[in-house]
Amino acid sequence: MRAAVVLGALVSHWRRHPVELATLLVGLALATALWAGVQALNAEARESYARAAALLGADRLARVEALGGGRFPVGDYVALRRAGWPVSPVLEGDLPVGPAGLRVIGVEPLTLPAEADGYGVAPGGERVAAFLSPPHLGLVAAETLPGLAGVAGLPPLAAVGGLPPLAAVGGLPPDTLVVDIARAERLLGVEGELTRLTLPAEAAGRALPAGLAGRLTIVRPEAADDLARLTDSFHLNLTAFGLLSFLVGLLIVYGAIGLAFEQRKPMLRTLRACGVSARLMSLLLLGELMALALVGGAVGVAGGYALAAALLPDVAASLRGLYGARLPGTLGLDPAWWAAGLGMSLGGALAAGAASLWRAARLPALAVAQPQAWLAGRRRTIRAQAALGAVVALAALAAFGIEGGLAGGLALLGGVVLAPALVAPALVAAALALAARRARGALAQWVWADMRQQTGPLALALMALLIALAVNVGVGTMVGSFRETFLGWLDRRLAAEAYVTARDPAEAEAVARWLDGRPEVVARLPILRVGARVAGWPVEIYGAADHATYRDGWPLLASAPGAWDRVAAGEGVLVSEQFGRRGGLGLGDALDVPTPAGPWRLEVVGIYADYGNPEGQVMVGGAALAARWPGLETRRFALRLDPAAAAGLAADLRAAFGFGPEAAIDQAALKAASTRVFERTFAVTVALNALTLAVAGVALLTSLLTLSGLRLAQLAPVWAVGLTRRRLAALETAKTVGLAALTAVAALPLGLAVAWTLTAVVNVEAFGWRLPVLMFPRQWAAMFGLALVTAFAAALWPALRLARIAPADLMRSFSNER
Amino acid sequence: MSVRVLAALLVLLVMPALGRAQGYAGLGAEAGEGFAAVTRPADLRFPRDHGPHPEFRIEWWYLTAALTGEDGAAYGVQWTLFRVAARPGPEEAGWASGQIWIGHAAVTSAARHAHATRYARGGVGQAGARAAPFAAWIDDWALESRAGPGADGMAAVRVTASGPDFGFALEGAATGPLVRHGEAGFSLKAAAGQASYYYSQPFLRLAGTVSLGGEAVAVTGTGWIDREWSSQQMSPDQQGWDWFSLHLDDGRRLMAYRLRERVGPSHAFGTWIEADGTARALGAGEIVMEPTAWAEVAGRRLPVGWRLEAPGIGLAVDTAAVNAQSWMGGDFPYWEGPIRVTGSHPGRGYLELVGY
Repeated sequence: MRAAVVLGALVSHWRRHPVELATLLVGLALATALWAGVQALNAEARESYARAAALLGADRLARVEALGGGRFPVGDYVALRRAGWPVSPVLEGDLPVGPAGLRVIGVEPLTLPAEADGYGVAPGGERVAAFLSPPHLGLVAAETLPGLAGVAGLPPLAAVGGLPPLAAVGGLPPDTLVVDIARAERLLGVEGELTRLTLPAEAAGRALPAGLAGRLTIVRPEAADDLARLTDSFHLNLTAFGLLSFLVGLLIVYGAIGLAFEQRKPMLRTLRACGVSARLMSLLLLGELMALALVGGAVGVAGGYALAAALLPDVAASLRGLYGARLPGTLGLDPAWWAAGLGMSLGGALAAGAASLWRAARLPALAVAQPQAWLAGRRRTIRAQAALGAVVALAALAAFGIEGGLAGGLALLGGVVLAPALVAPALVAAALALAARRARGALAQWVWADMRQQTGPLALALMALLIALAVNVGVGTMVGSFRETFLGWLDRRLAAEAYVTARDPAEAEAVARWLDGRPEVVARLPILRVGARVAGWPVEIYGAADHATYRDGWPLLASAPGAWDRVAAGEGVLVSEQFGRRGGLGLGDALDVPTPAGPWRLEVVGIYADYGNPEGQVMVGGAALAARWPGLETRRFALRLDPAAAAGLAADLRAAFGFGPEAAIDQAALKAASTRVFERTFAVTVALNALTLAVAGVALLTSLLTLSGLRLAQLAPVWAVGLTRRRLAALETAKTVGLAALTAVAALPLGLAVAWTLTAVVNVEAFGWRLPVLMFPRQWAAMFGLALVTAFAAALWPALRLARIAPADLMRSFSNER
Repeated sequence: MSVRVLAALLVLLVMPALGRAQGYAGLGAEAGEGFAAVTRPADLRFPRDHGPHPEFRIEWWYLTAALTGEDGAAYGVQWTLFRVAARPGPEEAGWASGQIWIGHAAVTSAARHAHATRYARGGVGQAGARAAPFAAWIDDWALESRAGPGADGMAAVRVTASGPDFGFALEGAATGPLVRHGEAGFSLKAAAGQASYYYSQPFLRLAGTVSLGGEAVAVTGTGWIDREWSSQQMSPDQQGWDWFSLHLDDGRRLMAYRLRERVGPSHAFGTWIEADGTARALGAGEIVMEPTAWAEVAGRRLPVGWRLEAPGIGLAVDTAAVNAQSWMGGDFPYWEGPIRVTGSHPGRGYLELVGY
């Protein structure tokens, strides 16, 4: 009973201060929303990878692949079976239907190992008859089924007999069709060829028969799970962003709770004097905080779900473009995720409110109720905060030094952002003190002194703004630098004016003859590409012609003298930057390139940029590669010609040979496609970045709103000595904008530090390549302007309230003097 | 012989739901629609009929061998390749093939019985059979001719198979000719007209090695190849099948089987084969077979000891299983193992029990 009365008294505070209540809830909701949203995206993606990795038991089964990648004849499969190998054939390919395409996986149910059959299609299984017999039942994930209903009759499918009847099964990745291998051949237009064979892991140690060892290779299951490894960095970046937003949101919560505590101090003291025990009061305050956290958290988790749903198409497009990973178009609802979101909200609220709760528990019953004491107290806090900032900086440096790697890099990034933000209020206060000493005139002195006074309560909002601005500058600089570098690199990398890829060697010969009859083609450079694995990593071996196109244009980052001559002679190899970093390779090091004839030892004579490629790449002389890789077919040509004629030639090629848009493409179209992939990749980063800035704006607004009521006591005397309300409002706005400007100026060097950490540490660790940091003053100016506009917008409402306040209210602040 | 096994296979592979619901009776006369029919008079020709007959629904190449090891112990070897057409119609090449091949292999000793199953689709060469030079294979299991030019493809053979804990490789030649069962190879299986084409090579003398549980043993003995194909030989009234192949010490051979009718008497039939290959069909009433010993196997009660009597040829023998637990516990279980024969015509042989 008594608890109910005390609780009623405590809650009455929120009834009288709805804006503060809103601030607290908005802070909790925002913090939770951004965090939960990012987690939802990550969880959805990871779940998809896990399903893809476990598809047909790929996480437990070894596989047999063609040594150079690509398909191999069914005869190889039969030869292995007749030699007693327990292999099962798989034919994979993409069908261009639906927005994301359909991955077709053809399997042979009679030999499918138990690890691969989760669908009842092996002998004795419930679906074997329908799967094995025409029209062959196809299996898809439940979420893929509705989308396929709409494309079943489209031309690309009509040509291959339409889709088979479909059944939804659990455990399949999205946009993936598992079907009998006979039907897969028809859908994919393939006959008598396979993509890979499954092989029980315990058989992976056997040596392939002599006749096949030169063409096929065994990949152990642990080496086959590339997707999760490749995408790890992408998700770590997303997580870092989510955490940052959470932190910014918590700063709002911290401020709101602290303020509420100070305002309720008289009430708390009265309650204590009435005999309420400190223990009961603490418990009630804790319960109140948890209830608020639950409400804010619930709103936040719902918002996070909406945010994730809105961003999912972009994330899915990024991951598909970058890594070929497939994500569903819709978000699942996992109860664990909801619980985790609420847990974060509760934990965050507890962390933000711990100091206030602690003070409430130890509140002496006879303490003087003095809200202004909080403002004064904030100055002590500012000094403590600065010390904490130094500790954070040291801890971040230590973490990077000890841990290293991507996690260490992100810790360093956290330190770079947090430590200065913690120190900044102290620096701003010092700057204001200096200014106040030089101020002339009473009003100016009051303005500076009052600003100093305000830095205390506003410090948290300004810190949030500082962090948001710094990250904005940093990420903006990184994305901008990447964009410029990437486009410049594309120009050099795509030096040829057009590219054509034939379907088979015979067609390649026909294409070559056709091209030789075209006068506008100045040079036709064959490109040899073959896939391999070096130390478990997928690596593409690229055989280039000895031509000025490469010698003059290839984007080399470092090279030994006479590099191109040595590459052409089959003595040297060029390695991509990420492959070099991964393997710890430098100029002059030896590299064994796998070939059917055995390892081919080459010296690393150059390192080149290969942005955006998750796989490693090495470049060798085309003629030398062909000599060591018998049967390697030339199917791709780079064409040099007048750029103006390139699009026309590509169109003629497509018409003459029935090529799709990808098979014969001119440089401009290829660049446009590459740039599109790039833009989509960073769409999510930019969106999250903007949201973080918006959260900081909200933090500033809510801080100012809660302060506006408190500050009447300070403003009333100034009004009383003759300053008009309008003038006061203008001064208030100017002060806020001024503080924001100061913050924005401080954010610039901080942002550049963030950009450096991102490009020189995080990016290198995450993707394996390093970018030059370029400067974008116009972007900074825009950011500066944005900060001022944000501050102005945030200050406007309190200022308008002040300008229109009834003089009686100002008068009352004298009589209310506590 | 192994008609029941085939019925079970077909049901499990092609009509699984039906198989569960109706036990082994899924194959009625109507199941043969669209496939070639077995008709009188049989016109078996070799080497043509050593090869596959894809226009018929089911077919098998079946070798059993009763062996003695260098240690003096009795061993049995089974090597089987089934062909099942999942659907009627012309044979298609590649993965689109409707032919399904199933291999069964086993090695049996008095103490152990190990077996394995292989599946393959037709059309690509992973499994198949060829008339000349005769060969039948699935994966690395093979039954292949070793006969010289001009000789019948089964006059000398080599057979190999292996599983997780067994293996065998046997080779040898036949001491007699091919034998046609029933009416020159037309073997009536039910009163309603269900029948099959059926011939054997029962005179193989084999030698080689078997391994069981990691131990290899040199063996010698006698082998028997059965060839049978049909499209519709089961009657819905028949619930099971007991089949014998006896290799008698005097050089004679006996094939005998009994289709167990659900209602009414179950008649036994057989073929009495002289050492020179002269065959005499034993019709209903000419041979009688009755169980004499039962054993608990895989939760079922199976007749593993029998008395066979054919007064017309002076035969009265008892059979006993070398290993009463010769259970082929695969996707469609049955009993198949070597037996000893005592009585008027001592010897050894193989027994198959299906549908218990």
